[in-house]
Amino acid sequence: MARVGVFVCFCGANIADFVDVPAVVEEAKRIREVKFAIHYKYMCSDPGQQQIRDAIVQHRLTSIVVAACSPRMHEKTFRKALSDAGMNPYLLEVANIREHSSWVHQKDKKAATEKAADLVRMAVAKSIANEQLHEISVPVTKRALVIGGGIAGIQAALDIADARIPVVLVEKSPSIGGKMAQLDETFPTLDCSQCILTPKMVDVASHPYIELIPYSEVIELDGFVGNYKAKIRKKASYVNFKTCTGCGACWQKCPVKVPNEYNMGLDKRKAIYTPFPQAVPNKPVIDATHCTMLLKGKCGICSKVCEKGSIDYTMKDEIIEREIGAVVVATGYDLWDPKPYEEYGVGRFKDIITSLEFERMVSANGPTNGVPVRPSDGKVPKNVVFIKCIGSRDEAKGIEYCSKICCMYTTKHTILLHHKVPGSHSYVFYMDIRAAGKGYEEFVKKAQVDTAATYLRGRVSKIYKKGDKLMVRGEDAQIGQVVEVEADMVVLATAVIPNKDNPDLARLLGVSYDKYGYMSEAHPKLRPVETAKAGIFLAGCTQAPKDIPDTVSQASACAAKVCGLFSGDTMKKDPMISTVNNEYCSGCQNCVKVCPYGAIVTEEVPMGHGSKEMRTVAKINEGVCQGCGSCVAICRSMAITLAGFTDPQIINEIVSI
Amino acid sequence: MEAAVNNQLVSIEKPEIVAPPDWQPVIIGILCNWCSYAGSDLTGTSRIQYPPNIRIIRVPCSSRVDPWFLIKSLQTTADGVLVSGCHPGDCHYISGNYYARRRFLVTKKLLHFTGFHENRIQFSWVSAAEGPKFAKVVAKVTEDIKKLGPLHLYKKENFEK
Repeated sequence: MARVGVFVCFCGANIADFVDVPAVVEEAKRIREVKFAIHYKYMCSDPGQQQIRDAIVQHRLTSIVVAACSPRMHEKTFRKALSDAGMNPYLLEVANIREHSSWVHQKDKKAATEKAADLVRMAVAKSIANEQLHEISVPVTKRALVIGGGIAGIQAALDIADARIPVVLVEKSPSIGGKMAQLDETFPTLDCSQCILTPKMVDVASHPYIELIPYSEVIELDGFVGNYKAKIRKKASYVNFKTCTGCGACWQKCPVKVPNEYNMGLDKRKAIYTPFPQAVPNKPVIDATHCTMLLKGKCGICSKVCEKGSIDYTMKDEIIEREIGAVVVATGYDLWDPKPYEEYGVGRFKDIITSLEFERMVSANGPTNGVPVRPSDGKVPKNVVFIKCIGSRDEAKGIEYCSKICCMYTTKHTILLHHKVPGSHSYVFYMDIRAAGKGYEEFVKKAQVDTAATYLRGRVSKIYKKGDKLMVRGEDAQIGQVVEVEADMVVLATAVIPNKDNPDLARLLGVSYDKYGYMSEAHPKLRPVETAKAGIFLAGCTQAPKDIPDTVSQASACAAKVCGLFSGDTMKKDPMISTVNNEYCSGCQNCVKVCPYGAIVTEEVPMGHGSKEMRTVAKINEGVCQGCGSCVAICRSMAITLAGFTDPQIINEIVSI
Repeated sequence: MEAAVNNQLVSIEKPEIVAPPDWQPVIIGILCNWCSYAGSDLTGTSRIQYPPNIRIIRVPCSSRVDPWFLIKSLQTTADGVLVSGCHPGDCHYISGNYYARRRFLVTKKLLHFTGFHENRIQFSWVSAAEGPKFAKVVAKVTEDIKKLGPLHLYKKENFEK
């Protein structure tokens, strides 16, 4: 027979002022199974816990009920007290008589006391049906997968690898580097982007703990935290990376010219190419959509000039598998297409360009060798109009949110123009100048003085052509007048949008994403790098628009989380999960359909003892099960039990009021 | 079919049973751990007062609630049951509350068919941040059950084991 101990807490005056605690104890003593009941001022204090420990031993108690605050508060504390006394911690039940009684029925002590007594009775009844449970140990594969090789993925991979944890870094394009590799200088210190990024890229390639898989995509992720299995598709590069030395003979001779993505289509690359000179790995790939050899079987020049014989036109996509324990998603961002701004003549006027195109022009390794030129006639522009918030903060045409980085990079662009084109002048149309960040406001203030740029607060309503100039008409809200600026070139600060592949990837990973396509963090403030799915973390613009310092911080935070996850050989898991009783299971598989984690599979078991006939039953993977209980309620034959919330426990609570 | 069912049902709940003047209904609240239970804790922490008739049972997810629990509650101890879970789309377990909602609609029809008044069981969404809403929900449910009067279907049996 069960021997229950009941411990009722005063919680100072919190419970005792509104609930007659001694009366609750007397009421508890009337229950047949209760062999011991006391009250104490602070049950959670050490003397309080000592009374529990002593009573367990002295009165040979088989389960414990603590009537105090919410189990969400001190359940762990009291469970520990039980284990210290040599009792299974899951034989504890907490009756929540503070949040659910004394604090919410302060005007009616009698009713509050009755309710508290009922809550104790329910907890006693439940505890009688409690079973001994043991924490589950799940083995951990200590290898991390980083998806995306921009600055976020690079930083996360390096930080994890420096902790001597193997990393698999998967990058979609032929080289790592991402958007940061396209930048010239970075705000607010005007560091050369290439100079600070490329050493990190080389570190990734040479790090003994990093396996870099470029030109590849993750196509499948199975399993659960600590035990994922990823399928990765290596796209056919048609170049044997093992023998290729990256000499460059092939792309110099290749006759096919294709718009160069790295330079925003401002110049051409070849069909066999490396994205940019500092690419890592510095090996070319063949663009199968343009190579005439692959399309029509004519050409083959690259194969002829390659001394190493590295070109292989028969290469096929390859699927590889890696076992991993955690995933860092760092897929970065795209830029919004400004086509809906028809009144600006986007698409009609060649001299309207986007900020990233401008960035490429002013880059030393860019298509124009670092000097901005007008795409229409190749002349160097003198008067340049920068328009901010193109698509950002614009519900009508674009998106509601602020892209966060445009104010700062536009300021940087005015400085770069000032440096590169003597006698030039910048005009900036803006809604607000958002310069929150270390050294940002100072940077903007200094730039405004140094460049003497004209800042006009207001929206541009129309751009039209006058001769070879662009006339920009907008409002200067501060003087309340319409202004017109004669410009040689217009630069649009287009909005940051999530990587277009984000929703597909999020579904593949089982991570939620918001209405824009950014992946969702588990908690916007307190768990900003974790997702709701255990073991999957977010770095950089995958989660929301952010600048380089924030991206790097978040990437390092992801690395810390991954290292924490891998700190032991096994992970502890709550034992409150479901199990199937094969005797009862009819194999209907309704539970398989409702399980939100895919934790239930089927297995074949013999019909009877020693029988050769087989039948299908459900089987729950204890590593994957999170203990929601959906399967328990849907099981027609009552074959599934959820530890900690079994049918007898809950029914006992119901009938004991 | 529905009309026929509706015509027959009235019988079991006997309006002639008059509640004694000091009668207070017993309501069982089955709350999910992550949203509604946390919300009810917040109601306590914020010291928002509500009627003392509800007795709360914690379950991991509203999808754990078996219709059996509701029927058993009404059979034995409760005059009404409140089930509360996370808001649609916010389920801690991704999709549990959708299953709960569907199952609940069917259960409601079943109870209706067996002759219980459908307000005897109620469903709500209360998030972990909605302390005041929880108090309002409880007040509303308590008021509804008071109007319906005591449930004298089966004699309340004392818990024995």
